[in-house]
Amino acid sequence: MREQSILLAHGAGGKLMSDLIERVFLSRFSRPGAKLGDDSAVLFASNKLAFTTDAYVVEPLFFPGGDIGRLAVFGTVNDLATAGARALWFSASFILEEGLELATLEAVADSMATAAKEAGVAVVTGDTKVVPRGAADKMFITTAGVGMLVRPWPVTGAGARPGDAVIINGPIADHGIAVLSQREGLRFESDVKSDCAPLGRLVAAAMSATDQVHAMRDPTRGGVASALNDLAAQSGVCIEIDEPAVPVRDSVRAACEMLGFDPLYVANEGKMIMICPEPEAEKVVEAIRKVPEGAEAVIIGRVLPEPAGQVHAKTALGTRRIIDKPVGELTPRIC
Amino acid sequence: MRGLAQAIRETGVSGKRLMEVCGTHTMAAARFGLRSLLEGTVRLSSGPGCPVCVTPQKDIDRFLAIGFAHGAILTSFGDMLRVPGSESSLEEARAQGVDVRIVYSCMDAVDLACETDREVVLFGVGFETTAPGVGVAVVEAQKRGLRNFSVLAAHKTMPAALEALASSDIEVHGFILPGHVSAIIGAGAYEFLPERYGMPCVISGFEPADMLQAVKVLLEQIKAQQPKVEIQYSRAVSREGNRAAQAVLNRVFEPCDAVWRGLGMIEGSGLRLRDEFAQFDAAKRFDVEVPDRPEPAGCLCGQVLAGRVDPPDCSLFGEACTPEHPVGACMVSSEGACAAWYRYRG
Amino acid sequence: MCLAVPMQVVSVEGERAEVQGAGTRRRIRTDLLPDVQTGEWVLVHAGFAIERIDAEEAAESMKLLEEMLGAVG
Repeated sequence: MREQSILLAHGAGGKLMSDLIERVFLSRFSRPGAKLGDDSAVLFASNKLAFTTDAYVVEPLFFPGGDIGRLAVFGTVNDLATAGARALWFSASFILEEGLELATLEAVADSMATAAKEAGVAVVTGDTKVVPRGAADKMFITTAGVGMLVRPWPVTGAGARPGDAVIINGPIADHGIAVLSQREGLRFESDVKSDCAPLGRLVAAAMSATDQVHAMRDPTRGGVASALNDLAAQSGVCIEIDEPAVPVRDSVRAACEMLGFDPLYVANEGKMIMICPEPEAEKVVEAIRKVPEGAEAVIIGRVLPEPAGQVHAKTALGTRRIIDKPVGELTPRIC
Repeated sequence: MRGLAQAIRETGVSGKRLMEVCGTHTMAAARFGLRSLLEGTVRLSSGPGCPVCVTPQKDIDRFLAIGFAHGAILTSFGDMLRVPGSESSLEEARAQGVDVRIVYSCMDAVDLACETDREVVLFGVGFETTAPGVGVAVVEAQKRGLRNFSVLAAHKTMPAALEALASSDIEVHGFILPGHVSAIIGAGAYEFLPERYGMPCVISGFEPADMLQAVKVLLEQIKAQQPKVEIQYSRAVSREGNRAAQAVLNRVFEPCDAVWRGLGMIEGSGLRLRDEFAQFDAAKRFDVEVPDRPEPAGCLCGQVLAGRVDPPDCSLFGEACTPEHPVGACMVSSEGACAAWYRYRG
Repeated sequence: MCLAVPMQVVSVEGERAEVQGAGTRRRIRTDLLPDVQTGEWVLVHAGFAIERIDAEEAAESMKLLEEMLGAVG
């Protein structure tokens, strides 16, 4: 294959396309005894399954700490982990813009293969389409993931109860700042790297430490604020966080201040909010601190009975401020 | 913090209404619950300090018209993205195909104009903190001989607005003055307030403790019946201000009458580009007459901005007008009095 | 309308300077502070240095304010 860029012909179903698939995807995702090549993967499961889907459209494709491929794998792992499931089998569907450099596609595929190995998942089926120049922004990846529940019951967002503690596994807002630092028009340099990471073993550690993980949510777009609001609404409870207890790296705080962002609203890709009864919280924190993704885990708040659906923060001054769901996209402010 | 609140109570002065006129102060006060902390002693009000909130619908309509009719690339600070004009906003216009780009610095707009043949227009919103930078952008565009860059100037200046407030029937006993505008224009720019209107003034920083300290100093001025302009934010503000920034302002802009959304026309409170820079003036470059449109019915933004009413007094507040579906600018801007009140419940 | 953050000047090159604060670095314009020097602390607003901050005084004030903050009644 001598082409340097993706052509429309690569999506046309002919030899060019099968060569592309073989060279870019099959070579990376096939495993011994499980050669890809059929339209469907046939799988066997012995337990309750969790199933998720997601699409990845991040811009730029490569950012400090990760890339769209790594994000696609870990993001899907984490959606399953949120339900208390261990991710096993993924599909990956690619929509490629005509003119995308082949080298870029291969770099992304490499990254996905590495990420899949790290997370212990297999990409077992996929699809490729090519659209004309301008109809897509370089590359979109859609995944679907199947996982097995770690315990006989799923964890949802509806299980939080008054008297529960709220835990997070580490500093927030890294991913959003890392991606923004690369965007045209913002151009600042930062030490901040995306926190993009698979959270399967974090969740497994928590769920071995206690039977009573009541609720979980991975705060991605919209940040911790959005995730907490979802949990409060789904569970019909009030969530109160201690603002000084929420970990934020100095470099992230500085970048947020410069651009006028509140870290609570900035995206993460390696964080999990876990809610469990207060007496179990220390145990859970201790257990997840033993796992790299949980090294900086802390308790950040508590669940109260009311007002139901509200999220608020106690500030450093002891006053309260309501944390609403974010409205609109995050844009830099000068005001 | 309690120590400062205590010290404020100990001045023995109560029942006074103090007004801040800076969006960042509005946010800080709301975020840290300063209003409730000061309850009983001081009533803290928000004045027209949010440049996003005071930009009239018509200016937004004009800016959008340039994008729709002339296909120009519209560049703006992020704050303006969701502010409603009479029919549309930058965000909606973008969805309809107008090339809207958010910039962090106005110099990014100049760089953009160097990289394209298309017209690039910058929305010049902001007070004296931001206007000097826009002035630099215009000078730079001139230096580089750009023929496709222009600014739609909608800048406002603080002293004239403060005078309008001080000379109105609105009951205000002291001003908490904006820290960063003051860093540019200098404390001396406000001296007419105590001299002509007996108005106590303190220039405050943005930490909650800065603001509380400013309140304490204001109450002391009131108690001693000695109004003056004092600088609490001494680490950044001086009496003369930033001379270089003032020089750019004077070189590129001249004062003009300006309409403040909800407040109406305030003489000499705006900035327009001088004739020398006419080719960089989007108002002259593009045919941008747009009709006058009334403010949405029931919207009390003007009264809120003037500090006459509090956000909950508006019948639309929290019902028809919320951060998700804002009617007026006070709710759109994250620093608008209404948005701050809504988010932090006063 | 006053979002300006204190950052320290790392290098100056004509009308441009590189500033940094807690691991974040940005190139900004110095037109409004033409005689700014490396090592100085400045307020950065929308890509411009708009004023110097007296670092010593800043440290003093912050300390004082923190003490007041800590004086819980």
